[in-house]
Amino acid sequence: MLRFTIRRLLQVIPTLFAVALLIFVIFSVVPGSFASSLMADGRTAADPEMMARLNEQFGLDKPLYVRFADYITGLARFDLGTSFRTREPVLDVINARIWASLELAIAAMVFAIVVGVPLGFIAALRPGSLLDSVTMIGAVSGLSLPQFWLGLLLMYFFALVLGWLPSFGYGGGSWRYLILPAITLGVTPLALLARTTRAGVLEIANEDFIRTARSKGMSEARVVRWHLVRNVMVLVVTTIGLQFGSMMGQAVVIEKLFSWPGIGSLLVDSVSIRDTPVVQGTILVIVVWFLLINTFVDIIYAAIDPRIKQT
Amino acid sequence: MKRFNLNLWLGGALVALVVVGAVFAPLLTSLDPVFDANLMYAEEPPDAQFWFGTDEQGRDVYTRVLYGARISLTVGIVSQIINSVIGLSLGISAAYWGGWWDDLVNGLTNTMLAIPSLIFALAIMAILGPGLPSLLIALGLTNWSWTCRIARSSTLSLKGLGYVQAARTLGYGDIRIMATQLLPNMIGPILVISTLGIGAAVLAEAALSFLGLGIRPPFPSWGSMLTGARELIVIAPWAAVFPGLAIFVTVLGFNLLGDGLRDLLDPHMRSRTA
Repeated sequence: MLRFTIRRLLQVIPTLFAVALLIFVIFSVVPGSFASSLMADGRTAADPEMMARLNEQFGLDKPLYVRFADYITGLARFDLGTSFRTREPVLDVINARIWASLELAIAAMVFAIVVGVPLGFIAALRPGSLLDSVTMIGAVSGLSLPQFWLGLLLMYFFALVLGWLPSFGYGGGSWRYLILPAITLGVTPLALLARTTRAGVLEIANEDFIRTARSKGMSEARVVRWHLVRNVMVLVVTTIGLQFGSMMGQAVVIEKLFSWPGIGSLLVDSVSIRDTPVVQGTILVIVVWFLLINTFVDIIYAAIDPRIKQT
Repeated sequence: MKRFNLNLWLGGALVALVVVGAVFAPLLTSLDPVFDANLMYAEEPPDAQFWFGTDEQGRDVYTRVLYGARISLTVGIVSQIINSVIGLSLGISAAYWGGWWDDLVNGLTNTMLAIPSLIFALAIMAILGPGLPSLLIALGLTNWSWTCRIARSSTLSLKGLGYVQAARTLGYGDIRIMATQLLPNMIGPILVISTLGIGAAVLAEAALSFLGLGIRPPFPSWGSMLTGARELIVIAPWAAVFPGLAIFVTVLGFNLLGDGLRDLLDPHMRSRTA
C-alpha cells in the first residue's frame, strides 16, 4: 500500500512538469510582451529604452530556454516568480486568495453531497416513480445549466427581491455571503452525483451477490446496508473526488460573478492586465490541486478495492 | 423491446429549434441586433411589440437572442470539428503506429486532461485577445483529449482484426487504412462525444464572453448579453432571463441528443443509465 501510494505520488511529477512546460510555451509565444502592454496607452509610441529596461528587470530579455530553466528551478524551490503588477512574490499573491477558494469549494461540495446522494438513492429505489423522473430531469438540467446564469438569477431573487442574503462580496468571511455562490457552484456536482448514485444503485441491485444475499434470507435492511451502500459508495466517492478536483476550474466564473476573492477571480483579473507570472502560477496551482485530489482518490480506491493495484 | 427514445427526440427538437432560429433569424425579426438601438424604448418589459423586452440601449432582446444563436452554434460546431480532427488524427495514428509517437500523444493527452478545459481556453484567449477567431482556436484546442482516447482505444482493438490485415496485404498505405478501414468503425462513439462536445463548447463560449474575454459587445453573444444584463438586473431582469434561457435550451438540447444517440448506438447502455 505504501509503495503504491509513493508510486502514484511520483507519477504526478512528470505530468506537472509537462503542464508547466505547456503553459510556459503558450505564454512565451505571445506577440507583444507585458512591457509593451504596460507602455501602450494608445496615445504615445512606447519608448524603446523604457521597454528594454522593463524587459531586463523582469528577465524577459534572456533567451527562451534560459527563462524556462530559471522558471523550473524556481518552481523546485516553490518560487513562482514575481507579479508584474504588485511586484510581490506570486506565491504570496496566491496564498492571500486560495483560502477563500477552498472555503467556497468545500461548501459547494458539502451542499452537493448532502442533497445529491440521497436524491439519487431514493430515485433508484423507486425507478419509474414521479420522484425518480423529476430527479433525473433535474439532473440533466443541472448539467446543462450555465452556472453563472443560475447565480445571476439566485442573486436577483434572494438578494435583490427578497433581500434575505447579500448579493455579492466576501463580507469578511461571514457565512451569509457564502450561501449563494456555494449553491451556484454546487449545482453541477449535485446533478452528477444524483445521476451517478442512481445509476450505481440500479446496476449493483441487479448483481448476483445481491440476489444471493436475499435468497439466503438476509433482511432487506441488511442487504441495503451491507452490500448495496458499500458498493455504491466506491462509485460515489470517486465522483466526489473528481468533482472536487475540477471545482477550482469551474469556480472561476462564479467567483467573478459574486466578486468572491478567490484564485478564480485572481486569474481572470490577471489575464485582463496580462500579469503573466500570476496567470501561470494560478493555473499551476489549479492543476496541482486537480492532480493531488485525483491521486488521493486513486489511493483511497486502491485501499477499498485491492484489484486496482495490479493494473 | 424497442422503447421510445425520449432523449433523442427531445434533444433533436431543441437543437432543431435553435438551428431554425439561427438560420432564419432575418425572417423571424425585422430588427437589427446591433444597430436598432433606440433609447426611447430602453428597458421596456416584454410586451406584444418586444416579446423578450428591451435592453439598456433599447435594443430588442428577442432579436439579439435570435442572432446570438448564430454565434453560439458557429463556435460550438466549428470548435468541435477542430477538436474531432485533432483527437481522431492523434488517437488513430498513435495506436496504429505505436512506439515513441504513441508515448508522445499519450503524454500530451494526459497533460491536457490535467488542465481544466475552461482554464486552458482562458489562457489561450488571454494571449490571442477577444474575438470569434480566437474563440474558435481556444475552444478547438482544449477539448480533444476524450476524442483522442476513444479513437486510440478503438484503433487498438480494431487493428489486429482480419479485415485490417487484409487491407494491408492488399497494399493499402497506412493513411488509407486509417481513413477507410479504422475511422468508419468508430463513428458511433465519436458522434456521441462530439454532440456532447458542442454543448460544452457553447457553455464555454458563454462563460468566456460573460467574463469579457470572448465575443465583445455590441455583438449579440448570449454570454456578453448577460454581462450587460447583470448591471441592470433590478430594472430589467428580462434582459438576463432570456439569453440565459437560450444557452440552457441549446446546451440541454445537445446533451439530450448525445445521450439519445448513445442509447441508440450502444444498446448495452440502454437499460442501465437512462
